[in-house]
Amino acid sequence: MAAETFMTEAAPRGGDLVRRHRLSTRIWHWANAAILLILLMSGLMIFNAHPRLYWGQYGANPDPAWLEITAVEGEGITRIGGLSVTTTGVLGRWRDAGGQVRNRAFPGWATLPSSYNLALARRWHLTFAWALSLGLLIYAVLSLVNGHLRRDLLPRREELSPRHVWRDIRAHATLNFPKGRAALRYNILQKGSYLLVIFGLIPAMVLTGLTMSPAVDAAWPWLLDLFGGRQSARSIHFIAAVLLVAFVIVHLVMVLLAGPFNEIRSMITGRFRLPKETR
Amino acid sequence: MSRLLTRRRVLTGLAAPFVLAGCDRLGQAPAFREMVLSSGEWLSHRVHRLLVGDALAREYPPEAMSPDFRTNGNTRPRSATWQRQAERRFTDWRLRVGGLVEAPRDVSLAQLRAMPARSQITRHDCVEGWSAIGKWTGVPLGTVLDSVRLRPEARYIVFRCADDFSGMPYYESLDLRDAFHPQTILAYGMNDADLPLGHGAPLRLRVERQLGYKHAKFLTGVEAVASLSGIGRGQGGFWEDAGFYEWYAGI
Repeated sequence: MAAETFMTEAAPRGGDLVRRHRLSTRIWHWANAAILLILLMSGLMIFNAHPRLYWGQYGANPDPAWLEITAVEGEGITRIGGLSVTTTGVLGRWRDAGGQVRNRAFPGWATLPSSYNLALARRWHLTFAWALSLGLLIYAVLSLVNGHLRRDLLPRREELSPRHVWRDIRAHATLNFPKGRAALRYNILQKGSYLLVIFGLIPAMVLTGLTMSPAVDAAWPWLLDLFGGRQSARSIHFIAAVLLVAFVIVHLVMVLLAGPFNEIRSMITGRFRLPKETR
Repeated sequence: MSRLLTRRRVLTGLAAPFVLAGCDRLGQAPAFREMVLSSGEWLSHRVHRLLVGDALAREYPPEAMSPDFRTNGNTRPRSATWQRQAERRFTDWRLRVGGLVEAPRDVSLAQLRAMPARSQITRHDCVEGWSAIGKWTGVPLGTVLDSVRLRPEARYIVFRCADDFSGMPYYESLDLRDAFHPQTILAYGMNDADLPLGHGAPLRLRVERQLGYKHAKFLTGVEAVASLSGIGRGQGGFWEDAGFYEWYAGI
């Protein structure tokens, strides 16, 4: 059994069991995993109450929608702009767990609660939105104070060179993951995507969510100008949610490809076995 | 290790539906609703009172108005009284202003129209997610309440309506902070005409910093109370009673 070493100590080698994630990072990671799942599923239920998206300050049934999930003549139809796709069984029209046909946008297995209840979905969503926002705030402050942001997340100058980025893209494309000490650090694509999610997508979710609040709009009318209106904010909220789901899928695929036992252990216990340099 | 991995994966795969079914169950449990799921509303209400204060909702220019402002909820009360009043163009309709006030009174539409009016082009946000922009004209609620002088124990204003759902009368309520907000008006006009029947004729509430279901239509009375517990099922409004909708709907 290899000796356990601290990440910052000198010269850990491939095969060593090292500490990789701090307790605060691990707690935040799993809390967010649960919170984001609750927010996604309750959000899809809220969308079901009015399954149309608009651009601008206003938008309701008489106005043109750029996205719509509906049921027409016994078929589930998903329309984005001028493109209509039949999505019966998944979107617009589907069978619930009891075999009953439902004409709703997102199916019961994807929503919280699983059967139509706007009020309850809103309670889940608006309570856990506070948890996400306060968690993000605490994380941001702690990461600044304890150096996590500067040390682990911000790219170093040499990482930003096109050659380095290109090499990392090639390494990812060929599933050639870092070995030995190099596996201690996030690579540049990881840094880029984590920074984009933590300081781009999630704040965008929070801000577009706040823009949908009529009271917050009164206090901070600049939010309406920033996103181009409440209905635009609602659309951007939905698009950012789709991007977050895409991030989570890629993230999970990478965990599976990089060695799920070692990766998941490192996010639970903090300990990570460095992949050996030589095969 | 590969066996462990398989087991772990299988367990995770099996656990996921139970976790989600668990969330479904939790959402039904009264204690969880009360202690966890209501905390978002509680927090938003307090934080908004602190940060938003009495800031005004945005008022839009006329060209920003929705070309077609849809109706929703009840569009024609079944009440015989209301229907008779509608036939007479609400000339014999009265708004009963009472409860914990010094000088209760019945106010006619003509009297309301004679009071100082306010017009505002604002955005109406339905809890379902859609928005429409329209122009509303009416009397600030604060002016009406001042004319009857609230007693010191009054803490909420309750709005009585002519419409119902399956026999349950519609009603709503506000705290005094929102009741006396300058944009909170009793509207008798919409888009420079009389308030249409479907939008709540002859008089509806506008409370611009909260969601649509707070904007009670077909008003018959305004009542000052000390507590909401004795009214309806005690949650402060029809949808608050019927479902699990937030009483504070500023989001």
